[in-house]
Amino acid sequence: MHIAIIGNGISGITAARYLRKLSDHKITVISAETDHFFSRTALMYIYMGHMRFEDTKPYEDWFWTKNRIDLKRAYVSKVDTANKTLQFSEGDDLKYDKLIIACGSTPNKFGWPGQDLDKVHGMYSYQDLEAMEKHSEGLKKAVIVGGGLIGIEMAEMFHSRHIPVTFLVRENSFWNGVMPPEESQMINREILANGIDLQLETELKEIIDDGNGAAKAAVTSKGETIECGFVGLTAGVSPNIKFLADSGIEMTRGIMVNEFLETNVPDVYAIGDCANARNPLPGRRPIEAIWYTGRMMGETVAYNICGKKIAYDPGIWFNSAKFFDIEYQVYGTVSARPAENHTSLYWEHSDGNKSIRIVFDKENNQIIGFNLMGVRYRHEVCEKWLKDKVNVEDVLQNLGMANFDPEFFEEYESDVIALYNKQAGKNLSLKKRRGLNAVLSFLGRGK
Amino acid sequence: MTVLQKIGIGLFLIGICVFTAVLGLDSYKLDPSAINISNEYHQAAFMEAAKSTTLFEQEYPSSANFMTALKTTFKQAQNSLAGQTIPDGVGEWDYKLGDWKFKEYFKDDIFKNASFGTVNDNPIMWWLLSVGLAMLGGLFYIIPKFSDRPGIKSNGIFHSPMERGLTWKWRAALLGIVIPGILLYGFFYSYDWFWPVVTTAFVSLIIALVMYYQGSKDNNPQRSAGPDFTGWLGIVTGIYMVTFYVFLYWAPHYITGWATMFDPFSYALNGGPASKWFVYGMLYTIIIIVMGVRMFAKYRHNKYQLVRTGSVIFFQTAFAFLIPQIMSLLEQPLLSKDFKNIWPLDYEFFFSYNLDKLIEGGGLGIFMLVWGIVLIVIAVPVITYFYGKRWYCSWVCGCGGLAETLGDPYRQLSDKSLRAWKYERWIIHGVLTFAVVMTVMTLYTYFSGNNEVLGMNTEKVRSWYSFLIGAGFAGVVGTGFYPLMGNRVWCRFGCPLSAYLGLIQRYKSRFRITTNGGQCISCGNCSTHCEMGIDVRSYAQKGQDIVRASCVGCGVCSAVCPRGVLRLENGSGDIAERTDPIRAIHITEDQIKLLS
Ligand SMILES: Cc1cc2nc3c(=O)[nH]c(=O)nc-3n(C[C@H](O)[C@H](O)[C@H](O)COP(=O)(O)OP(=O)(O)OC[C@H]3O[C@@H](n4cnc5c(N)ncnc54)[C@H](O)[C@@H]3O)c2cc1C
Ligand code: SF4
Repeated sequence: MHIAIIGNGISGITAARYLRKLSDHKITVISAETDHFFSRTALMYIYMGHMRFEDTKPYEDWFWTKNRIDLKRAYVSKVDTANKTLQFSEGDDLKYDKLIIACGSTPNKFGWPGQDLDKVHGMYSYQDLEAMEKHSEGLKKAVIVGGGLIGIEMAEMFHSRHIPVTFLVRENSFWNGVMPPEESQMINREILANGIDLQLETELKEIIDDGNGAAKAAVTSKGETIECGFVGLTAGVSPNIKFLADSGIEMTRGIMVNEFLETNVPDVYAIGDCANARNPLPGRRPIEAIWYTGRMMGETVAYNICGKKIAYDPGIWFNSAKFFDIEYQVYGTVSARPAENHTSLYWEHSDGNKSIRIVFDKENNQIIGFNLMGVRYRHEVCEKWLKDKVNVEDVLQNLGMANFDPEFFEEYESDVIALYNKQAGKNLSLKKRRGLNAVLSFLGRGK
Repeated sequence: MTVLQKIGIGLFLIGICVFTAVLGLDSYKLDPSAINISNEYHQAAFMEAAKSTTLFEQEYPSSANFMTALKTTFKQAQNSLAGQTIPDGVGEWDYKLGDWKFKEYFKDDIFKNASFGTVNDNPIMWWLLSVGLAMLGGLFYIIPKFSDRPGIKSNGIFHSPMERGLTWKWRAALLGIVIPGILLYGFFYSYDWFWPVVTTAFVSLIIALVMYYQGSKDNNPQRSAGPDFTGWLGIVTGIYMVTFYVFLYWAPHYITGWATMFDPFSYALNGGPASKWFVYGMLYTIIIIVMGVRMFAKYRHNKYQLVRTGSVIFFQTAFAFLIPQIMSLLEQPLLSKDFKNIWPLDYEFFFSYNLDKLIEGGGLGIFMLVWGIVLIVIAVPVITYFYGKRWYCSWVCGCGGLAETLGDPYRQLSDKSLRAWKYERWIIHGVLTFAVVMTVMTLYTYFSGNNEVLGMNTEKVRSWYSFLIGAGFAGVVGTGFYPLMGNRVWCRFGCPLSAYLGLIQRYKSRFRITTNGGQCISCGNCSTHCEMGIDVRSYAQKGQDIVRASCVGCGVCSAVCPRGVLRLENGSGDIAERTDPIRAIHITEDQIKLLS
């Protein structure tokens, strides 16, 4: 059987790796972007000079031949599902028996005047990185539009080269659609402290042409015209599925898939950023454009293709990011607009750069989520508590087990408990401090 | 860059230039009383020859001129003895003057004592103008970094001509010059072809094993071995450092100007004149302190790094440098030793001269002997069991201390390829084997008095080890190659103690680097910044804990990980299954059975 995979991102590559582990089928991975899989999440570090492109490749180049995964660098211009054939922009084609579409996303453009000018770019692909690199030479000012995770990364990138940045954010506080207000404000402070000109409640109106087809200034919704040599469009991403327009594959915003990641066309699957769940699991969005879900879908689809049917189940939500120097981790449900029955214990360090938020059900005290800023928590411990819906007071007394900060770092768990005691009028104390042995027995490891 | 930093670079460069120039400032004039050759025939012949070459009358403007005159005189003495009949009852080479005697009779202190001029007259001034300025410049460059916001500061390292490393062709060329160069020199050095040839055979064998037997030949291109740019400043620095070590070990006659400059410090600390080892030890300590300050600035958000850096500074300054000096001042030669140096890194520990010295040294000597053995057989396994090999390699050891301070800007240059890992295992365990065999042979000779084992002269094995591993590998390549192949070349490929600690860490230790569930985004920061060339990411993205013999526990992977994935920790609960790849596998066999 020949399995073709469109896209060599984390989803497509994980699928290919698991297919190889589970089977002996012929596998071809097609991508128009780069010859080999690289880590998209590390694009910023290449620009900032922390790594070379080479270093962002999780596998050495010989890995693919050794594991008999064929790579093809080409753009799929059309998928002919009737004849099970891919057509490439160069004119050649490729037959498949099963097809996995893992074509990822593309930056959103909302029809702004001037959005297709030169020196206007999103930050998604390797080519976008090359464009940023090219336009950075002698760049005096960059304007970034859209306050999400990619926008703040772009701001950090320019900042690393001392290029002044104006950052236009539609919301009245950074990422406050996702983050509770305190954390969101902490990020605002961090952005400002790094010397970024953060303009909240400001949108892009248009980008002005310099007369040669390149951007020369951005006009904001507040009427300000900002001269700049680069405009970054980072107002979110959406599935990159235009090339599938008349393939017969059912699509809405993304490619519609069932719980087995199957599309409406037999033998065609979709995974990763481009997959749109028909029936999202409770509490989950239909499209989750993040690294981890792509990886889990890749694994799931491989099992399904190899005849071991299993429904996609990403488990308890988790994610992480970094806002300049503040690391962020989340486990479980932490919402900017919490449900009625949710309440949270929010502790913030006096330096204003670290916080721990523990969300729980105020009716039955069950644990619901953890939101960490500048503090690292242990995934498996939090996950187990969340799965078992443990009482928040149990969690608090054992909170040290969750701490994942390096040795010698200060531990704040007692402060968190003290805060809880104060707010709830209780008298709990910390039973377990940071350390591995307690965790091992809690997780039932080593028995 | 701030103005202060620019001034700092300027001062540093002036300091380095003066430091180099100091070697050419003084002149040399030899006093006849300095020649005290114990062999009467050689002494007489040399003094005779010196008359005709007017060796004692002339002033030589440079060490090179002086060396030429000394050699001419030596040659003349050699010839005159060779032309005469050997008196009865005198051995041939007790009478004739062999080439190898030159090294024995004319040590670098002859040069130091013969020198005169401004450096001799104003040692402190020249010290301040060279080492002092370079130190000050370094600090000026480093101090402003404290005003940056705390956090990972790796911006631009791969844009910097100093830190971005070499193309593989450059790396191959430099290795291709230095390694055969050392072997070739070893041939002249030991006046023997046997060991250089054996070594060459072993090197070829390892290359063949890795490339053909282990199939690495097709693993091309290697990751991180072939960047597209070349850091010219790194190459210049590497060449300077390689040259420094070559002179330090094998041509110390030309660098006695430095010892002269360091004399006042040596007299103050140990009461005697400065040897080249005093110069090296003091420079080493200063560098660890100054570059340690840089570590404090760079990692000041990370307490693990601060404590660890403090520790290497302390152990270098106190244990490796000050205590031995002070013990010599107190006339305690037995205690004038680096207490934390452990065999087989301290490969001379079981040499007969050392054993004799300790055994004859009474109670103190026996204490030192027992202490050394306790370190080897108890401290290493026990502490490594509890904390991993990091307790030594990145907290205590001097080589590690230099790597973690001076070497930190180059940590990203280690080769992460699978091929490099294969080389690493053959070479480092090869050196460990060599160290053990050499020591066993030495001990055999010590106890039996017989200095032949399997037809090999144990004395020659020992001196080849000192030459090849002690000087060539640990110094010239191990440190000189920081800007070329990363800061742990010695610790990763060569150090036999590191190999020993590593075996314990791999098979019986509570230590590991825990991976935080599924949080890894495969970005590669951890692997890139691993000085030991461990592909940390390959474990982290699988959700597997990292248990590797080579890991020195520097903690930088954990520091640079943008997603909080890695934690160095110790736990005894699961020693047997530390290495299981169990966690980020999303689907388990059980789940499939349930559904299908
Ligand atoms: C800058 C940046 C930072 C990020 N950071 C994080 C993070 O910290 N954490 C996190 O969870 N997520 C992060 N993400 C999101 C994450 O990277 C994506 O969710 C993930 O890469 C999606 O993987 P994928 O395999 O589905 O698609 P992609 O990685 O987009 O791969 C799709 C590939 O298919 C190719 N392709 C598409 N169409 C065709 C065609 N017709 N023919 C041929 N090839 C085609 C594309 O060129 C691309 O190479 C980040 C994204 C970006 C851009
Ligand atoms: S630095 Fe962290 S996130 Fe990046 S590859 Fe390493 S473990 Fe994964």
